Amino acid sequence: MKNPALSINRLLKSYGKLRALKEISLEVNRGELFGLIGPDGAGKTSLIRILATLLLPDGGSAEVLGHDVIREYKVIRNKMGYMPGRFSLYQDLTILENLELFASIYETTVEKNYHLIKDIYAQIEPFKDRKAGQLSGGMKQKLALSCAMIHEPEILFLDEPTTGVDPVSRNEFWEMLKKLREKGITIIVSTPYMDEANLCDRVALIQDGAIMSVDTPEAVVETFPTFLYAIKSSDKYLLLQDLRDYPNVNSVFAFGEYLHYTDKRKELPEDELRQYLEEHKHRELEIKRIEPGIEDCFMAFMEKEN
Amino acid sequence: MNRFLAFVKKEFYHIFRDRRTLVILFGMPVVQILLFGYAITNEIKDARIAILDKSKDHLSVRLIEKIRSSGYFLIEDYLNQEVEIEKLFKEGTIKLVLVIDESFAQNLEKQHATNIQLLADATDPNTANTLINYATAIIRNFQAEINSGTLPLTIIPEVRMRYNPNLRSVFLFVPGLITIILMLVSAMMTSISIAREKEVGTMEVLLASPMQPGQVILAKVVPYLMLSFINAVVILIMGKFIFGVPINGSLPLLLLESILFILMALSLGILISTVTQSQQAALLISLMGLMLPTILLSGFIFPIENMPPALQVISNFIPAKWFIIIAKSIMLKGVGITYFWQETLVLVGFTILFVALSIKKFKIRLA
Amino acid sequence: MEEPIIYAKDLTKKFGDFTAVDAISFEINRGEIFGFLGANGAGKTTAMKMLIGLWKPTSGKASVAGFDVYREAEKIKKNIGYMSQRFSLYEDLTVVENIQFYAGIYGLTNQQIKSKTTGLIEKLGLLEVRDSRIQSLPLGWKQKLAFSVAILHDPKIVFLDEPTGGVDPITRRQFWDLIYEAAHNGITVFVTTHYMDEAEYCDRVSIMVNGRIEALDNPSTLKKQFNVDTMHEVFVKMARPQEA
Repeated sequence: MKNPALSINRLLKSYGKLRALKEISLEVNRGELFGLIGPDGAGKTSLIRILATLLLPDGGSAEVLGHDVIREYKVIRNKMGYMPGRFSLYQDLTILENLELFASIYETTVEKNYHLIKDIYAQIEPFKDRKAGQLSGGMKQKLALSCAMIHEPEILFLDEPTTGVDPVSRNEFWEMLKKLREKGITIIVSTPYMDEANLCDRVALIQDGAIMSVDTPEAVVETFPTFLYAIKSSDKYLLLQDLRDYPNVNSVFAFGEYLHYTDKRKELPEDELRQYLEEHKHRELEIKRIEPGIEDCFMAFMEKEN
Repeated sequence: MNRFLAFVKKEFYHIFRDRRTLVILFGMPVVQILLFGYAITNEIKDARIAILDKSKDHLSVRLIEKIRSSGYFLIEDYLNQEVEIEKLFKEGTIKLVLVIDESFAQNLEKQHATNIQLLADATDPNTANTLINYATAIIRNFQAEINSGTLPLTIIPEVRMRYNPNLRSVFLFVPGLITIILMLVSAMMTSISIAREKEVGTMEVLLASPMQPGQVILAKVVPYLMLSFINAVVILIMGKFIFGVPINGSLPLLLLESILFILMALSLGILISTVTQSQQAALLISLMGLMLPTILLSGFIFPIENMPPALQVISNFIPAKWFIIIAKSIMLKGVGITYFWQETLVLVGFTILFVALSIKKFKIRLA
Repeated sequence: MEEPIIYAKDLTKKFGDFTAVDAISFEINRGEIFGFLGANGAGKTTAMKMLIGLWKPTSGKASVAGFDVYREAEKIKKNIGYMSQRFSLYEDLTVVENIQFYAGIYGLTNQQIKSKTTGLIEKLGLLEVRDSRIQSLPLGWKQKLAFSVAILHDPKIVFLDEPTGGVDPITRRQFWDLIYEAAHNGITVFVTTHYMDEAEYCDRVSIMVNGRIEALDNPSTLKKQFNVDTMHEVFVKMARPQEA
């Protein structure tokens, strides 16, 4: 029997005129590390809150672990762990006090479920008497995750856990998520950072309340419709201008030290472009074909939707 | 149960770790009672008075001696004529003048009744009231002393307030103050503390947990109930030992009624918090919606019977009004529950109403 | 040689015992895009606020557009533009009202305000929404407008505090187009960001760790120096040297 962790059917949510979710349908399997990838305002938080039984949808249905998010919200609340977008623990309580409080709320103890959070909590345990308000971003995040895990949830909802956290802590956080997945917990995580998509089993790319694509990161990348080229020269600003004026240009975006370029023709005659750019006095020119990343795909989907 | 206790413990942590909360909780009642108390009572000891004894007989001399030895009054001046009174009051040093009519002893002995006039400078109405009360008490005492004969003797003190004739009892300030402080601490602090959980986002995590709304609310109520009760006791003790405000009736009954009033205020605070999202909004509603009506319309400052009829009707919806009546009855009149069971029922009704509304309004989701 | 447009020497800010910014020194030249990087809490915002005259430094020297940060804060404010993440525009005013308000603040004449307003609305393609309130516009448009308003008075330098946080990838790039254009027109751009790929767009970057500037150079030199391929890896090595 197929028993999905999440089953979402034509879910709708509006705030006045703004349609935050436009009939979203989605299925997530048990044990998956599933990413909701999209910028602010895409609808990620609304979706997670509906799934976490904190918001009522305006239409459609959703089941978490086979339970309806409206009628059976109490059952779901017992089985899920939830970490909201901003740090939502008691800043005037210490690390240990926060953890013990949440253990008590779920009628368990820190000792009993210590094995679940050991990997994460051990990193902040030396500071357990420090107040939560005085912790760094990375430490707050570890504490919040520990609190969300302390009752052995079957499914974890994490709303933008890595936003505003330094890159090092972000890496560490994803390592922790991978370990949790090995314990069989289903993890739903949202993020605005496209590069984090590659760390998920499957991802949904969300923009303007609609899902543009759902697949494994590898498969999403394979759907990229054309060849992608990375181009670099000594003056990036002029290069951008000149590429935009190039007659066969399809898209050109700044991407780190390179520009990512696609041509209207699938395969770019590199020499022709090189000649064009050299005529425009670009020096130290570099043109190479590269594999697209999730962010390239995201932008390609966005262009297609418009 | 463990869940509940852990939650109560957490509330105490919040309270004791926030200096501002602590100051409001314990500093404010003390400061308020001292302010109110001294504004009213700092001249009670050795108040300067004058006496116009037109009788100068053996009984009037005894009465004057009694007044002098009471310790409350300094007899600054003995007058000979009524016209001097006006002059003294205008100078402002004398707060009270005792006028003993002619043939004081004679009237008492023959007609078994006589008059004494007490004239007070009521520019400071509270002081005037206190002085009158003290003087009246001494006169009553004196009356009891001389009342050894077969026929009862009555001295009828005739009180005239100069400059501000309609005065009310001074001791009202303690029942009123208890009411205001309990209202403030209970309603305002709970509404702010719940609004804070919404504001910083912790409410979102609590909602996502299996914690029942009722448990969250109850756990908020318990610490504030205890602290408010301590406050009430502190005020009563200060009232009694610093300012001599009596508790003539049953103390346990007074404390029980206080708990009822605290519960009412707490449920009102919770009701406020269910309709506000931020601490600032909760504070504003508590101050504008609760404090002002409580102070202005409860009869604490302005006598209800002097209000326009429309305001008199509105005052019935101010819970504090009913508690002030109850507290006044117990503390000053010394009467029992049979005299104010109706007021008690009104408070019970308010409490049930607020709790029901809160439960109905409390959201199990974010929006 | 031209004088640096921003100059800081041992600039320090202490809050009680806590040193938020610890003796930082750098020079920024006219027309540069300077990336000011660091983790949350590293001291970026504090340093920036000292440069734009919102906070007095505890010690050290600094000048912006030739004006001293201690004595000439008011003159600095006239010569810079500032855009903090999202709050520079009034949500309940229309596009035109916002432009006119900011133009008014910087003392432009009525004539100038009129021509600037028309020019800006045309350039950003906001003709249809010129009388719509800001709150009804998509985030990307708001940010573009906020940036344009910040440079409306032709400042010498524009300070941008995390201008692209949470914005979709296309809008983010469109925003950088505006930054490039401003720099091309001679405006110095001082920008903080936590997107490491955006660090690559800058002419030079500094990386702050615990209140100190631990690295300052152009991105390619930094990558060579740490022997890595991306600024992201540079940042990871900087922030946790013991783990690298």
